[in-house]
Amino acid sequence: MKGSSLRRYLLVRVALTVPMVLILLTLVFLLLRVAPGDPIKATVGARLSPEQIAERREALGLNDPILVQYGRYMAGALTGDFGDPVTDRRSVGQIIADTAPATFELAVFAMVVAVIVGVVVGALAGRLRDTPFDVGGRLFGIVIYAAPIFWLGLLAQLTFAVNLRWFPTAGRASGFDAPEEITGFYILDSIITRDWAALATTLHHLVLPGVTLGLVIGGVFVRLVRVNMLQTLRADYVEAARARGVAEGRVLFRHAFKNALVPIVTIMGLQFAILLGGAILTETVFSWPGLGAAIVGFIGSRDYSAVQGIVTFIAIVIAVVSLLIDVINGFVDPRVRY
Amino acid sequence: MTTLSTLRAKLAHAYRPFRQASRTSRVLIFIGLAIVLFYVLVAVVGAQLYEYEGTQYRVEVAPGEFEDLPQLEPPSREHPFGTTRDRFDVLGRIIGGAQLALAVMFLAVAFAMVIGVPLGLVSGYRGGRLDRVLVTVMDAIYAFPSLLLAIIISFMLTAYFEPGVVSAALAVGVVYIPQYFRVVRNHTLSVKEEPFVEAARALGAKERTILGRYVFFNVVQSVPVILTLNAADAILTLASLGFLGYGVQPPTAEWGYDVSQAITDVSSGIWWTAFWPGMAIITLVTGLTLVGEGLNDVINPLLRARGAAGKAIAGEAEEAGAEPEAAALDDAAVDRGTVPTLETGVENR
Amino acid sequence: MTSAATAGAVPDLDAPALSVRDLRVGYRTTRGPLWAVDGVSFDVHPGESLGLVGESGCGKSSLGRAIMRLMPPGGVVRGSVVVRGRDLVKAPESELRRIRGEDVALVFQEPMTRLNPLMKVSDHFIEAIRAHRPDISKREAHHMARAALAQMGIPPTRADNYPHEFSGGMRQRIMIALGIVLRPRVIIADEPTTALDVIVESQILDILDRLRRDESVGLILITHNLGIVAETCDRVAVMYAGKIVEMGTTEQVFTSPKHPYTRGLLSSTISLETTELHSIPGYPPDLVDPPPGCRFAPRCPFRMPHCTDKVPDYAEPEPGQLVACFCYPGAGLPVPPGAPDPTKVGPEVWQ
Repeated sequence: MKGSSLRRYLLVRVALTVPMVLILLTLVFLLLRVAPGDPIKATVGARLSPEQIAERREALGLNDPILVQYGRYMAGALTGDFGDPVTDRRSVGQIIADTAPATFELAVFAMVVAVIVGVVVGALAGRLRDTPFDVGGRLFGIVIYAAPIFWLGLLAQLTFAVNLRWFPTAGRASGFDAPEEITGFYILDSIITRDWAALATTLHHLVLPGVTLGLVIGGVFVRLVRVNMLQTLRADYVEAARARGVAEGRVLFRHAFKNALVPIVTIMGLQFAILLGGAILTETVFSWPGLGAAIVGFIGSRDYSAVQGIVTFIAIVIAVVSLLIDVINGFVDPRVRY
Repeated sequence: MTTLSTLRAKLAHAYRPFRQASRTSRVLIFIGLAIVLFYVLVAVVGAQLYEYEGTQYRVEVAPGEFEDLPQLEPPSREHPFGTTRDRFDVLGRIIGGAQLALAVMFLAVAFAMVIGVPLGLVSGYRGGRLDRVLVTVMDAIYAFPSLLLAIIISFMLTAYFEPGVVSAALAVGVVYIPQYFRVVRNHTLSVKEEPFVEAARALGAKERTILGRYVFFNVVQSVPVILTLNAADAILTLASLGFLGYGVQPPTAEWGYDVSQAITDVSSGIWWTAFWPGMAIITLVTGLTLVGEGLNDVINPLLRARGAAGKAIAGEAEEAGAEPEAAALDDAAVDRGTVPTLETGVENR
Repeated sequence: MTSAATAGAVPDLDAPALSVRDLRVGYRTTRGPLWAVDGVSFDVHPGESLGLVGESGCGKSSLGRAIMRLMPPGGVVRGSVVVRGRDLVKAPESELRRIRGEDVALVFQEPMTRLNPLMKVSDHFIEAIRAHRPDISKREAHHMARAALAQMGIPPTRADNYPHEFSGGMRQRIMIALGIVLRPRVIIADEPTTALDVIVESQILDILDRLRRDESVGLILITHNLGIVAETCDRVAVMYAGKIVEMGTTEQVFTSPKHPYTRGLLSSTISLETTELHSIPGYPPDLVDPPPGCRFAPRCPFRMPHCTDKVPDYAEPEPGQLVACFCYPGAGLPVPPGAPDPTKVGPEVWQ
């Protein structure tokens, strides 16, 4: 019985992802294709003659009716074809393959930092409510979120890279030790090729941008974990457990803390969006060759096609992540399956 | 005489939640308010009081004769926060940035409210297909990275408008519409089943009246908290946009933009061009957040700590009190449904 | 005070299972300390059920929790609560933990939220059992869990289900099973059926009744529902404003109530014979600043001038029935000639 309710839940959830993706993609199309106008003119239009512009437009299918373009766009997006940029020879798909792994590694590293900081500080703050630790922890959460990521990144660069020289200022890995690019995920590549020097330099480069981004997200986590901790600490079942003479430590851990963690996965998912935004800023500060930096570059050259393609990819990723979270919740929280 | 006493009674009644909130929350909220008011003051009177403007790079020493301001001068008596590479006075730019930030924040939040709240009301009240469509759309927007969305909107708007306060505010504000929508809709859903709404309907009140008179005032209490937290976020988003080069047109004084211009200064040991704009952002955002969180604590009566206030019972050894009664700050966020917890968890996402 | 505590008790060679003396429970408020329970004493004998009734706010729920010292921060418990020779009020935290669940069990009001949604029901049992008897293996504990559930009428095959898979009534039965699995001497049931429908309610009451008869468990039933007290309890204590105003056997208190408040309570209950509605005018007093003397005096139709002079002792108009009222001799002040006799006045005194 348990198995089938889980399966049913998963099926329903997957089915619900479809409209979300469709809506996101439509929004992207409206915002980036319909609204801004002619992508060719905007980017290279100044340098080309009217005939060349017309030629390019035809090649990119921009003269077709909007609905046809919409259809083509949607079909392409769902099959992995994200279009072609105007200012770059590579297809958007290729650009994504080149840059996404870098962003992904950064994001994962940051998320790990955020969860550790957030859970530890938040749980303790919740338990030690209104003590100096609690107030300090909350203030930390507030202030660190208030600090702009780019500013923190600069500060970190200045202190740890330029002054103390503990960490590099930019890039994913130092020239000679860079791992062989197999998947693009440097950590993976280093492990596959057993290139430990490459692994070391990769991690070394990850620290500053990853910790900066992670701390900021962690600030949000602190508050959310604390709220959950407070909620579960005053929960009825916690009082009931105490009334049964269960040891305080176990009550705190098994009933309050563990239950407070359940929404963590959901919270992580929600932070994912903030993470992507933060990644854009972090990549700019640390010259990190990721998707965020790529987007910024293409926006700078007003290459709508490229931007549209990349954003489409991001939209799909978001929908998938959202689905993943619900799936995990389905496994973790037995009530959800009904 | 009676109006004065009723006014005083009303104020006392409004103030009561403050007194019952735990002391830490009250301290936090006052600190936050002080900070915000300080910036408002800076924005409003700063320009009158301080002699250098944000985009000023020279001084008129005599009619028609100009003398350039020094470049990259460290903080001095003349320029307390130093000057930038472009010969701008940093303090002047802080003041200018404050004006811009507050203006954009105000507009952005107003914009988001004006769209999000009515949509939430109507959607929650009417239900049906309109509601389902709106909810899915809003959820999709909400799931999207806010900075990226702001960048895209800003990008899109430059095709139509000159970059300026309004377009920046629009780009920043769009991101918050789903939050107001969601909270107002959730609240409307619960309020619309209340007997007094049913009674109004039975009396034949028009939907507009019901929404406007009955439901709105009930629902609007959840808005102030989100408002302040959005305001805090708006400042950050504006600064991020400025840092990346979107938003307002340079050389308008904008804190984030200033930080981006200061990147190269930093490695040469020049700290004042990056430091002060960053501090301005942190302090203003912190102030707004403190106000918002404090408001949370105070407005939501269910969440004030019982037993934490009040003097200890004389001479008694107090129970340690196994569970911290109620909670403070973020609990209203829990009720708003914007924070997933064990209870609201998945369904409310 | 000993006669007061055992008022109406079935003469029993056993010592009381639970003995409460001069219990006071205080909370911190912005206006000063609030004594929700102000000097309460009673005994509960094995196999006996004591009903504790009163309006909301009379302190009965505080009493239930305070006996186990489950207090919010800033709360204080004074007096003595003796179970198995140990005074819970003075016991250190470690001893308290042992007594909770093993000697005294508490069944709460809202079954829906009292079980950890992420833990299987059997895990709740295993946890409680091993908290007190770590020598018992998990398998054995699981076996005990199934047995306790079966006693409550829950099929043992469902022991591994999660709480949300059970209805409210079943969850309450699980709570009771959790309460008895370690065979406590006393069970405190705080409004155990208030959140349940009438049919389930009678089932739960049957179970509680069976428990005290078969296992000789002492039962304290805290409720505002006079009906179930009349049906299931041996003795009854009526609480008002933090104090017990009347205590005796159910027979005594319900057929011949002595205290004006009790009389008011009973006449305001509704039955098939009710033709008029009565209620006690006024409101219970503010316990931060309670009225002087008899706390019911401000609302009492039989109030005499000296009623506010001092707090009444317990008079014993009938053997085993205690009443804190100056209308009866033995309450601490002489009964003046011409004083009213509440037992001679009908419900119309409450208008």
